[in-house]
Amino acid sequence: MTIDVDPAEQFADYAHPERLVSTGWLQANLDRPGLVVVESNEDVLLYDTGHIPGAVKVDWHTELNDPIERDFLHGEAFARLAGSKGISRDSTVVFYGDKNNWWAAYALWVFTLFGHPDVRLLDGGRAKWIAEGRETTTTVPTPRAVEYPVIERDDSENRAYRDDVLAHFGKPLIDVRSPEEYSGERTEIPGYPTEGALRSGHIPSAASVPWARAAADDATFKRRSDLESIYLDDAGLTRGSEVIAYCRIGERSSHTWFVLKYLLGFENVRNYDGSWTEWGSSVRVPIATGPEPGVVPHV
Amino acid sequence: MSDSILPDALGDIRDEFLELEVRDRLTLLLEFANELPELPERYRDHPDLFERVVECQSPVFIFVEVDGDDIVHLYATAPAESPTTRGFASILVQGLAGLTSQEVLDVPDDYPQTLGLNEAVSPLRIRGMSALLGRTKGQVRAKRAS
Repeated sequence: MTIDVDPAEQFADYAHPERLVSTGWLQANLDRPGLVVVESNEDVLLYDTGHIPGAVKVDWHTELNDPIERDFLHGEAFARLAGSKGISRDSTVVFYGDKNNWWAAYALWVFTLFGHPDVRLLDGGRAKWIAEGRETTTTVPTPRAVEYPVIERDDSENRAYRDDVLAHFGKPLIDVRSPEEYSGERTEIPGYPTEGALRSGHIPSAASVPWARAAADDATFKRRSDLESIYLDDAGLTRGSEVIAYCRIGERSSHTWFVLKYLLGFENVRNYDGSWTEWGSSVRVPIATGPEPGVVPHV
Repeated sequence: MSDSILPDALGDIRDEFLELEVRDRLTLLLEFANELPELPERYRDHPDLFERVVECQSPVFIFVEVDGDDIVHLYATAPAESPTTRGFASILVQGLAGLTSQEVLDVPDDYPQTLGLNEAVSPLRIRGMSALLGRTKGQVRAKRAS
């Protein structure tokens, strides 16, 4: 890594402290050559109302997705996108955003699929930066376009498809949605699809661990010991577990993916971004309803 | 649905968006977000009156009044951290201002899709605006029935 890691004491216990930066560290390093700050929000306009000075915007809907296929960009388009934001392959990229960094974690995860080496998350995200009264600006930077190599996405390590989930039964699955979404009791109002899926419930045998359990009140991550009691003691993960996390469209589960992979050090954790919008509409896949995980299906 | 029942104000707003390049449409939406009026004093302390539009990803609450002259008044509130939702609400508040209840019910349900924002904002987000319109009509219907 070209830029030193944030030595903050609160990160030291995590498995990969180099994946987080604190607001204070970011403030002090904003002008470092080789650092690119990326804001990724749920709300497509929020960046324009004010952002961290120098930060560029990456929108998950309109920029990370292929415009036609339900998939992420391919290598060539990603190289164009990254290069246009002033990101080169050796840039240190710090992501932050609204909603507890959901979309920041999601964008970081997508960059990971392309193997971008140095990606980090701003602990506490946009909310903490603003709560601390740090500077924001509406000035949109115009980064000098740089060369980014065309590298094809490698989904094998960090992304799960529907069929991977079917083949995964018997190993741990984590559903990070709300308890109401998990149990399937959340009903739809006619004409206003909320779930974007034809059935409600969860993937059988998945443990319910809403993403927010990993977050402290100020949007930072909880300490490692707290995270261990949630994911190991409560959800039953054990060292070396192979895990797949999912939510509705893969954003909240990116947050959990980050926690499991970089804070707790699970080496084999994948995000199922098809998530419930795919699974709940898929023909002939098993589902479970109610508050219990249900039994492992034979498929 | 035909354009003939699209109220003038909503038609003007649509034309304003469509005349712009896709990128500038976002800027216009942000202007609308900034124009969303504060709630009138009498409603500020009455969260009970407001209905949450759960289909929107951000918290947005609306309340519809139909006055003695059958004119619809839409009040909406959404946090500053949700400018897109505020923008959608603001378009409806401005576009529906002064309309009768029947005129509101006659607004084409696909109006949000006609603003040319699908590409700039994404279809998923536009759904939130459709839900706002749908819920507004729902409240108008309920008020007319009672």
